[in-house]
Amino acid sequence: MNIKPTRLRMCGNWVLERFPLAQVWNEHMAHYYAPKNFNFWYFFGSLALLVLVNQFVTGILLTMNYKPDAKLAFDSVEYIMRDVNWGWLVRYMHSTGASAFFIVIYLHMFRGLLYGSFKQPRELIWIFGMLLFVALMAEAFMGYLLPWGQMSYWGAQVIISLFSAIPVIGDDLSLWIRGDYVISDATLNRFFAFHVIAVPLVLVLLVFMHIVALHEVGSNNPDGIDIKKSKDPWGHPVDGIPFHPYYTVKDVVGVAVFMLFFATVIFYMPEMGGYFLEHANFIPADPMKTPEHIAPVWYFTPFYSILRAIPDKFAGVIGMGGSIVVLFLLPWLDRGKVKSIRYRGGIYKKALMLFVISFIALGYLGTQPVTPLATMMARIFTAIYFGFFLLMPIYTRWEKLKPVPNYLTMQPTLEERIPDMIAVFNEVVETESVTTDTGVTVSKKRFNPTGAKNVLIRTAKNLKESLD
Amino acid sequence: MINESVDKSKRQFLTTALTVVGAVGTGYLAVPFLSQMQPSVKAMAAGAPVEVDISKIEEGQLIRVAWRGKPVWVLQRSPETLETLKTLDGQLRDPQSEESNQPTSSKNSVRSMKPEIFVAVGLCTHLGCSPTFRPEVAPHDLGADWKGGFFCPCHGSWFDLAGRVYKGVPAPTNLEIPPYRYITETLIIVGEEEKAA
Repeated sequence: MNIKPTRLRMCGNWVLERFPLAQVWNEHMAHYYAPKNFNFWYFFGSLALLVLVNQFVTGILLTMNYKPDAKLAFDSVEYIMRDVNWGWLVRYMHSTGASAFFIVIYLHMFRGLLYGSFKQPRELIWIFGMLLFVALMAEAFMGYLLPWGQMSYWGAQVIISLFSAIPVIGDDLSLWIRGDYVISDATLNRFFAFHVIAVPLVLVLLVFMHIVALHEVGSNNPDGIDIKKSKDPWGHPVDGIPFHPYYTVKDVVGVAVFMLFFATVIFYMPEMGGYFLEHANFIPADPMKTPEHIAPVWYFTPFYSILRAIPDKFAGVIGMGGSIVVLFLLPWLDRGKVKSIRYRGGIYKKALMLFVISFIALGYLGTQPVTPLATMMARIFTAIYFGFFLLMPIYTRWEKLKPVPNYLTMQPTLEERIPDMIAVFNEVVETESVTTDTGVTVSKKRFNPTGAKNVLIRTAKNLKESLD
Repeated sequence: MINESVDKSKRQFLTTALTVVGAVGTGYLAVPFLSQMQPSVKAMAAGAPVEVDISKIEEGQLIRVAWRGKPVWVLQRSPETLETLKTLDGQLRDPQSEESNQPTSSKNSVRSMKPEIFVAVGLCTHLGCSPTFRPEVAPHDLGADWKGGFFCPCHGSWFDLAGRVYKGVPAPTNLEIPPYRYITETLIIVGEEEKAA
């Protein structure tokens, strides 16, 4: 029997004979085998891609009404907000998207620290990722100048002045970046060019390299085991599942939840209390006067805190740059033999916990005004931040590792955890039958302090055990 | 077999020569591309001197004028302020302005041509924020050590009322003093040096 191909199929074949579409699709989606135990932390890679697309689409729409001119920029942003149809939505999607990008990326990077995703053979993925992070910071920084508000102006003034701290070439370099002796129309215009053309191109290229490198060596997983070691008779990893449809569907769930939060921010709190859009930026740039309290947007504050903590101009700049450079070196600083935190020793867990605390604390301190106490705190947390990385070659050698299984482990699902959760609930709550005056017997639930105490002690014990 | 009879040295020479020519060409093209980001002729021409009338400044008052896009402060200091300045040397990084940027006419302990009238570029020598003018002594937020001066809100640098930087803060040098001269008793011009006598 000879089935005549449909016209659509013939068109499809015409393309496939000339372009390897099916091959690319199979290699990166349908036949890309990913470990079967991806958890919550594995949402953020695809979410970062989603936010990137959001920034591209809304960014293109914004350039249609924005004017990169020191005299017109501030008013053109207000024009977008007030007079352009749906301009407020597009602008808030772009400004919220910037913050969302960093939230997603910080969680994505933390996932790498948890499960050792930067370790051999994924060092290059980490390096490309770090380059992406740096390019993203440049993109965000230059974008922040464009509204030409007070924070735009003085933030750019501070960051460009960082370059002037470099010995010998510093002053000429910062002059070259500004294109003028002060931040001016020339600076705004070139930042616009970088923000909308140059850096986005670099970002796209780096995303491509990040994914190509990832798909060459394969994804890591919460157990940190190489799934390619055990394959089934067809040559597929026994612990692997095709990315499409399994993880495309899983990621759709992540996307839906993310969009719920994203929309809430856009519609109900687009300024996020001054953290996503700073209050001082609603005042046009005034080169004569710095705002009383100046702080960068929240995603730069940890690094800004490090800069402020060091009482010397050049050393401060080195410290701030160094805090990012050490991240690049992570694959070679960590001498631990095991990837995943599940099988690593307590010393790494404790160090990572201290690092997270110091990163968040530095971020908080960076939003606050300078006081002697805050400066001292920032110095302590800066020491912990660098200690985590620079002492790593030493303390990761002392680790007491746990045995790593040969196959992926599966964590209990939410459904399987329900009986345990009910048991804990019953322990904390005391049920009592009471007969009321009307003769009806009802069961009353009361809080049970001894039960709660037991639960707390058990939790603390488990926590301590898991940290050893 | 055939390989042995092929002389690759000419090919190699041509490849190398072409690479070198290409690199030189790229280098030449980089010059206009990079230097077009330098300040334009128009930007370099801007920056004419500005005249400031100081006849109406009261004691303790600070006025701001724009010169080359930068804020320039003119402050009238009281005799008490000048007395306080003398007591601060021990807490300052560069009390005699040896490493700081100023015209020779202002290179003294009060950093001005006339002790009462203080002129300075109002940009922190750390990362270029404009410090806030805080003349009051020991305010709540800055603590009891504060003797009046300029406080940079960006990174917490302290300067006294002569623009001299304190020790232990990020700013490396004292505030810059622009070139200026007196046209009359009450009129100064910022951006022009005192003419050599």
